[in-house]
Amino acid sequence: MTKAVEEIQRHTIAVLVDNESGVLARVIGLFSGRGYNIESLTVAEVDSHDKLSRITIVTSGTAMIIEQIKNQLRRLVPVHKVHDLTIEGPHVARELALIKVVAGGEKRVESLRIADIFRARAIDSTNESFVFEVVGSTEKVDAFINLMEPLGLADVSRTGVVAIARGPNPI
Amino acid sequence: MAHHDTLTGAEILLKALVDQGVEVIFGYPGGAVLPIYDELFKQNRLRHVLVRHEQAAVHAAEGYARSTGKVGCVLVTSGPGATNAVTGLADALCDSVPLVCLTGQVPTHLIGNDAFQEADITGITRPCTKHNYLVKDVADLARTVHEAFHVARSGRPGPVLVDLPKDVIQNKGEYQAPSKVKSKYKPQVKGDLKAIEKAVEMIAHAKRPIFYVGGGVVNSGPAACQLLTQFVRMTGYPCTLTLMGLGAFPGSDPLFLGMLGMHGTVEANMAMHDCDLMINIGARFDDRVTGRVNGFSPNSKKIHVDIDPSSINKNVVVDLSVVGDCAHVLEDMIKVWKAKQCRVNEKALKEWWKAIDEWRAMDCLAFENSNKLIKPQYAIQRIYELTRHRNPYICTEVGQHQMWAAQHLKFDLPHHWLTSGGLGTMGYGMPAAMGVQMAHPEALVIDIAGESSIQMNIQEIATLVQHRLPVKVVILNNQYMGMVRQWQELIHGGRYSESHMNHHPDFVKLAEAFGAVGLRAEKPSEVDGVIKEMMAVDRPVIVEMRTDASENVFPMIMPGMAHNEMVLGPEDKSRDKSGSEEDGMVLV
Repeated sequence: MTKAVEEIQRHTIAVLVDNESGVLARVIGLFSGRGYNIESLTVAEVDSHDKLSRITIVTSGTAMIIEQIKNQLRRLVPVHKVHDLTIEGPHVARELALIKVVAGGEKRVESLRIADIFRARAIDSTNESFVFEVVGSTEKVDAFINLMEPLGLADVSRTGVVAIARGPNPI
Repeated sequence: MAHHDTLTGAEILLKALVDQGVEVIFGYPGGAVLPIYDELFKQNRLRHVLVRHEQAAVHAAEGYARSTGKVGCVLVTSGPGATNAVTGLADALCDSVPLVCLTGQVPTHLIGNDAFQEADITGITRPCTKHNYLVKDVADLARTVHEAFHVARSGRPGPVLVDLPKDVIQNKGEYQAPSKVKSKYKPQVKGDLKAIEKAVEMIAHAKRPIFYVGGGVVNSGPAACQLLTQFVRMTGYPCTLTLMGLGAFPGSDPLFLGMLGMHGTVEANMAMHDCDLMINIGARFDDRVTGRVNGFSPNSKKIHVDIDPSSINKNVVVDLSVVGDCAHVLEDMIKVWKAKQCRVNEKALKEWWKAIDEWRAMDCLAFENSNKLIKPQYAIQRIYELTRHRNPYICTEVGQHQMWAAQHLKFDLPHHWLTSGGLGTMGYGMPAAMGVQMAHPEALVIDIAGESSIQMNIQEIATLVQHRLPVKVVILNNQYMGMVRQWQELIHGGRYSESHMNHHPDFVKLAEAFGAVGLRAEKPSEVDGVIKEMMAVDRPVIVEMRTDASENVFPMIMPGMAHNEMVLGPEDKSRDKSGSEEDGMVLV
């Protein structure tokens, strides 16, 4: 086997499933039962008429493992479509985070200044705290959180990645 | 508005089962399924086999399914009834057996309340079923049952569980016929023609080819087995079968090399190792087949035909894959072969068979017989010789006896060999034989067992007697969990930790206590007599044969070794120089 095959890569996979009870457990159980990684997983209904949900999974593994993950997902009865956005062409991926910063004085001002650079919005404020909303790539959200760390970072809530292919074609 | 066709959930359920072609249900009643049993009582289209433990109900349904090609049906109650069925479901998933298991459930308003005999069975069985359903509304019942059967039998078959809360089977609703239910589940059955053409080209140009065929061909049906046989004979290439594939190609055909894998023949394993083209049809590169993966057939191109895309490139990377049902793909392969007027490379093939015949000449399954002790291989050979004219269905439990049976019995027909391959479930054989006998009342059905395995579901003798199922159980009693003892001898320094049972029941008296017939053979000279006697009796028979306790299954690919590193027998020194003791301990 060549080195390239064994190299661990990160993939973003979009999965269209029936929005029925237990479907998320099937997907998560498949990953834990077979020892695959989940770096991030998001799910919500996207089609209320046909009762379809879209799951976005960020996972990592060798090319062989990634192929297995996709085939195993396709085997699940309520799964309709599995698309590997990472290899199927360009896509956009975004994550939203809510970040609570508790500080006063200069740190409080500095946190607002950095939030401005990241185009994060303060969506809640008290005399001693802010809640910022930041949207962007995982790397951008990571960077923002790192910068908030010394400025009184108190709490973080992240959505995980949602992603969609660029261009006119739907999933 | 009262519809004249409004039925209770239980009535809808039974109507759906009849419309799905169910004839026999294997089950055990309990509180949550009483309304279903009440309906069963009132009708006579569905027969019910009352088992003594729910695990046996599932294995019996597996036996029924695998010997007929139909979907097996199980009915058990909630809680412990359902959890007892779990091992059977896991077994059916591993070996791709189509089943529908109906479980009772507490009423919907009690779900999640830790009610009496409540278990989250859809949660528990999610990883050991192909799919499962919890029916929350009687309006969904008929559709769900029809879909469950469709999912169980379509694509790669497997067990499907339908959980039925008690209020759902008591409420009234309308029935929907199967024709009115459209499922979105549609696995691919036709293979890609371009890939098939490429495969045929590779097959025609091979110099040292081998067909490596698995249970997928058996599952695909008798037509697939015939097409396989036709194609293999057209090419004149050698063919080996997996444990699950036995019967897919005639065992008596000279092109058949025997089973491959951990306890496969020298000729099968060496041909796999040295081939230049491997044609895998409906097998899954299981670890019991491949041995050490990086030493597995290192110089061959590999073609893999499988209905399950997730089987492809899972354990072994292949050069060409065809996703599709084996029957369809084989049919297309033969068409293409004929259309292109393919010819094999006769000269190369002759050389290849010369090499194979040399391996064959080693006669790797030979054993030293004794006139004092019954050798287990001898017992199985005699069973074969004395029963073959009746084309028996053979079931096994799990362990040494299973491997000897796989090595020494020859199957010319598919669906006549039933064994727990993937999960390796001790206690599988006798209940499976019950299911086979239900489906084929006139047939000779034999369970070859070990004294340890048989005790895992020994209670089912009562079921055999109650339902007048004349199954013949042959227990090869060597006083040990033989395969455990073998591994302890070969890999764990002869430390026989807990593999010896120093107390066994008197199997003859036990059989009689259940109302069955008990027979015993203690010397080789008694073997033929008890086999003939057991065949002559039209009742369930338990035969105990006291066999040589020290016998091991050879050839053996030690854990962590490759196909060309087989240990051939007790005298073979290669097992000492392998240095694999520690690796072997890690692997199973």
